[in-house]
Amino acid sequence: MPYFRWEAKDGVAVVTLDTPGAPVNVISRGVKEELYELLAELERDATVKAVAFFSGKPDNFIAGADIEEFVQLKSSADAEQLSRDGQALLDRVAAFTKPTVAAIHGACLGGGLEFALACRYRVATDHPKTQIGLPEIQLGILPGAGGCQRLPRLIGARAALDMILAGKSERAAKAFRLGIVDELVPPAILKDIALAAALRLAQAPFRRRSGGGFLGAVLDGNPLGRLLVFYLARRQVLAQTRGNYPAPLAALEAVRHGLSHGVKEGLKREAQLFGQLALSDVSRKLVQIFFATRELKKDLGVPGAPPPAEVSRLAVVGSGFMGAGIAGTTVVQVGIDVRLKDADLVRVAKGLVAARDIINDRLTRRRITKFEHARLIAFLSGSDHYTGFGRAELVIEAVFEELAVKQQVLRECEEVLPPSSVFASNTSTIPIARIAETSRRPQQVIGMHFFSPVARMPLLEVIATAATAPQTVSTAVGFGRRLGKTVIVVKDAPGFWVNRILGPYMNEAAYLLLSGVRPDDIDAAMVQFGFPVGPITLLDEVGIDVAQHAGEVLQAAFGERMTPPPALGALVKDGRLGRKAGKGFYTYHNGKKGDVDAAIYPLLGVQPNGGIPSAEIVQRLTYAMLNEAASAVADGVVRTARDGDIGAIYGFGFPPFRGGPLRYLDDLGADRLFAELQRLSERLGPRFAPSEAIVEHARSRARFYT
Amino acid sequence: MTNSTGRRVAIVAGCRTPFCKAGTDLKYVRAVDLARHAARELLERTNLNPHAVNEVIFGQVVASPLVPNVAREVSLLPQFPKEIPAYTVNRACASSNQAVTAAHDQIAFGHADIILAGGVESLSDVPILATRRLSDILVTASKAKTLGSRIATFARIRPRDLIPVSPAIAEPSTGESMGQSAEKMAKENHISREEQDRWALRSHQLAAQGTADGRLTAEIAPWLPERAGATVVSADNGIRTDTSLEQMAKLRPVFDRRYGTVTAGNSSPLTDGASAVLLMAEEVARALGYEPLAFVRSYAVAAVDPGWQLLQGPIWAVPIALERAGIQWKDLGLIEMHEAFASQVLSNLQGFATKGWEINEDIINVMGSSIAIGHPFGATGGRLVTTLANEMKRRDVQFGLISVCAQGGMASAVVLERR
Repeated sequence: MPYFRWEAKDGVAVVTLDTPGAPVNVISRGVKEELYELLAELERDATVKAVAFFSGKPDNFIAGADIEEFVQLKSSADAEQLSRDGQALLDRVAAFTKPTVAAIHGACLGGGLEFALACRYRVATDHPKTQIGLPEIQLGILPGAGGCQRLPRLIGARAALDMILAGKSERAAKAFRLGIVDELVPPAILKDIALAAALRLAQAPFRRRSGGGFLGAVLDGNPLGRLLVFYLARRQVLAQTRGNYPAPLAALEAVRHGLSHGVKEGLKREAQLFGQLALSDVSRKLVQIFFATRELKKDLGVPGAPPPAEVSRLAVVGSGFMGAGIAGTTVVQVGIDVRLKDADLVRVAKGLVAARDIINDRLTRRRITKFEHARLIAFLSGSDHYTGFGRAELVIEAVFEELAVKQQVLRECEEVLPPSSVFASNTSTIPIARIAETSRRPQQVIGMHFFSPVARMPLLEVIATAATAPQTVSTAVGFGRRLGKTVIVVKDAPGFWVNRILGPYMNEAAYLLLSGVRPDDIDAAMVQFGFPVGPITLLDEVGIDVAQHAGEVLQAAFGERMTPPPALGALVKDGRLGRKAGKGFYTYHNGKKGDVDAAIYPLLGVQPNGGIPSAEIVQRLTYAMLNEAASAVADGVVRTARDGDIGAIYGFGFPPFRGGPLRYLDDLGADRLFAELQRLSERLGPRFAPSEAIVEHARSRARFYT
Repeated sequence: MTNSTGRRVAIVAGCRTPFCKAGTDLKYVRAVDLARHAARELLERTNLNPHAVNEVIFGQVVASPLVPNVAREVSLLPQFPKEIPAYTVNRACASSNQAVTAAHDQIAFGHADIILAGGVESLSDVPILATRRLSDILVTASKAKTLGSRIATFARIRPRDLIPVSPAIAEPSTGESMGQSAEKMAKENHISREEQDRWALRSHQLAAQGTADGRLTAEIAPWLPERAGATVVSADNGIRTDTSLEQMAKLRPVFDRRYGTVTAGNSSPLTDGASAVLLMAEEVARALGYEPLAFVRSYAVAAVDPGWQLLQGPIWAVPIALERAGIQWKDLGLIEMHEAFASQVLSNLQGFATKGWEINEDIINVMGSSIAIGHPFGATGGRLVTTLANEMKRRDVQFGLISVCAQGGMASAVVLERR
């Protein structure tokens, strides 16, 4: 048996799943077939009184079903059959005549959790690597091997829906609290306790106490309460997905159907819905993103790149919002020394407080203990001198966006840094090559463009110049990845990738404002399209002055087609810089966003007239972006369409279910986009003129993805 | 001079937190955090690889019961590997002298190459004790088996048991407080109020000058507040730039209101702060590319009967240290004397003078001392070593002396040499 091995210990069969040649276990066809054989063998063996399942992988129980098999599905019927097969196997596990115990250490996700749920008893380690969850929703599908049936029966509909619909994995302690696992133990005694449990179960049947308390009885335990639970869950799903994602609603239906018609019917419905979702366009797009992200995790950004240099100490120059964000995120994610430097101590202190807030937030959310918190806090320090830079392998500057300032910082850093260290600039508008002009070691200068707020935004653009050495690239990419960021390497061209394609989109939003469209109408249209926030809210978040500056840089580089309409200047002059100033397009009270501030209309010189339908808003904004995206790809700004799409999705939330701007362009068809752009250009001006790249794509019927 | 193993011990660098009067700018900071800050900033300033440190030794006089071995908490900073042993010493006000000389010994013996020594005190954060009776009752109650017996135990508490006991700065053997000892020394050695005030004023003026010209500031690692809006503390806050003899003369004596001469003005204040000093074997320092500030040439400790003149120990310790150094008083180019009280400094100097030693005030406490800068008990020695070594380098002085009087009638003297 290549996958499973077992030995008898005191009448318990200790079964270990250990997929050969793979870092983690997944439930593949091979595993399934072998498990049937194994179960038959264990059933026959009279010396076996009970079975305990372990994983042979460090820090991984079972990561889920085999996604490669899933991708190869050709029809809904095949997908439904795949689900039925999984259900049948786990029914076999659940109906096994001897007690079964799952001994969980490490990730226990998706099909892995469904397997564990089919066992009679679950013991999990209290280790942080032990993560338990059903992430299927994130791939646009639902738990199709009985998860929609077994979990609600184990922990109640409310808690089960929370887990299934969010697709979030939980720590073992939470899973224990919810009743998913029966015992929580330190890793060192997992085996002993699991075996003891198996023996105990072999001697006397085990009855699980139903949890949930009074609320559980009222809401989960009776049909009327469940009606309310499902009503509320549905409402929440619709508010979050705007109907763009079918999987959460399908999962809701699978759970509901099972609870009202019994397990057998529930499983049938679950498999049906799984079949429908598996081949859906949304799921395909989400799976593509999953694979693209996974590939990017192995990609160091240059062909044949040397391994990243070790970074055991980071120096950050500039303790403003970005610098502090980079510092705090580094401490939380990487756990290394961070030295913050700014011109005066008051600023340094403010930056350290902001960085500390990121660490405090982890404590507040109980992701770390107070002792870990104290340890992390001690990684942060700062000064108004370059003390401590002598041992920094990487320095990231986040000072004022002005070339001369950045060049000076670079020169000062090179005086004190060790000769092998990398200097990274967190600029969004200045060409890295210009900054590197004053460097003694231009091969060690690179751009690391973070997005704000650093702790939460998942993307990092790494910008290599022509002079940047491959090792410098891999060091920056490797460090970005340790920060938990998805990293794309882009060309040193104005706006890089994200801001360049955002430019025309933001400009168009401003044109719409000036033609009398309400800000909240623009935002609502784009949120309905699938963006997490609309462009006007984004302006407020980024800072209207920052956006204005970025716009000017793009205009200087690309001329007329990137010319921003004169909308933002008036607001900046009025001190309306967005959320950070407490006023922008919207009002802000104690950090909470309110309604559109009516005071903007006189500043913009318009009266809201509600004239433009949301379909046109969406069209103008997205087409402007797609036009520029094609042109940026043609300029070689991103290495692959994959990087471009991932950058747009993680950088500013381009709707994932549309696969990213380039995939969306492919779906739309370059010829159709060409025609639409021409029409818009005739009506609204040359800024919509199809870019050469679009013309070429339309002519040759080329696609970004083949 | 070489010692028994031939290993010379270098003072490579030192730094400290600002020294702040107890109950002021650093009052919410725990002693352990002050100590960690000083240690960490010393690492930053020297770019030392923390893995190279072999031991951490810190001095502290009034330890928090929650952090009984503050040195270990320093060596458990995440910058260090967790395997660096550490211990805390208490030789009263000479505790960080003791930390430095203990480090010297370990390095000289070849037991260590690099040691981080230092000291800390937070007099804003002293343990307040429960009365003996209350603690008895609490202990008994915690062992009670039934609720009834627990309530019965608690019922024994009387209001007077609830009055907290705070530690006094008094000699356990004589009951005499520090201030009373200083008062006694002023009287027995006939040191006038004016002489004391003059010395105190000198301390403030020189410290103010050392701060203004950046020599003292250079030793200070500013304390950056942990909460938004709080102030950055980058200088000692006890140094008075505006005081005068007339103003000092207006202060009333504290310890003997009728015939006394010791006032708050001519005494060192209760202070919060920490200091850290990096010591290395000479060849190790050179191999790592460090230019030593100075070397430890010799040291000595001594004690007198606390019932006599409590703070007169230096006149016993200093001659021994000089003898061990093989030098004479007149060879000294700089002297750092801890100032617990002006009457103590002047008594010590008087004692030195009776040995026929010429007192040259121009080389004594050239940047003021504890009366102005403050005196966090456990941290003062580290400050003196740092200040002396830095100034010896600036003036290129060959021999320097540190003299510290301490509670219990003790004293510590250290001789540093430049080359």
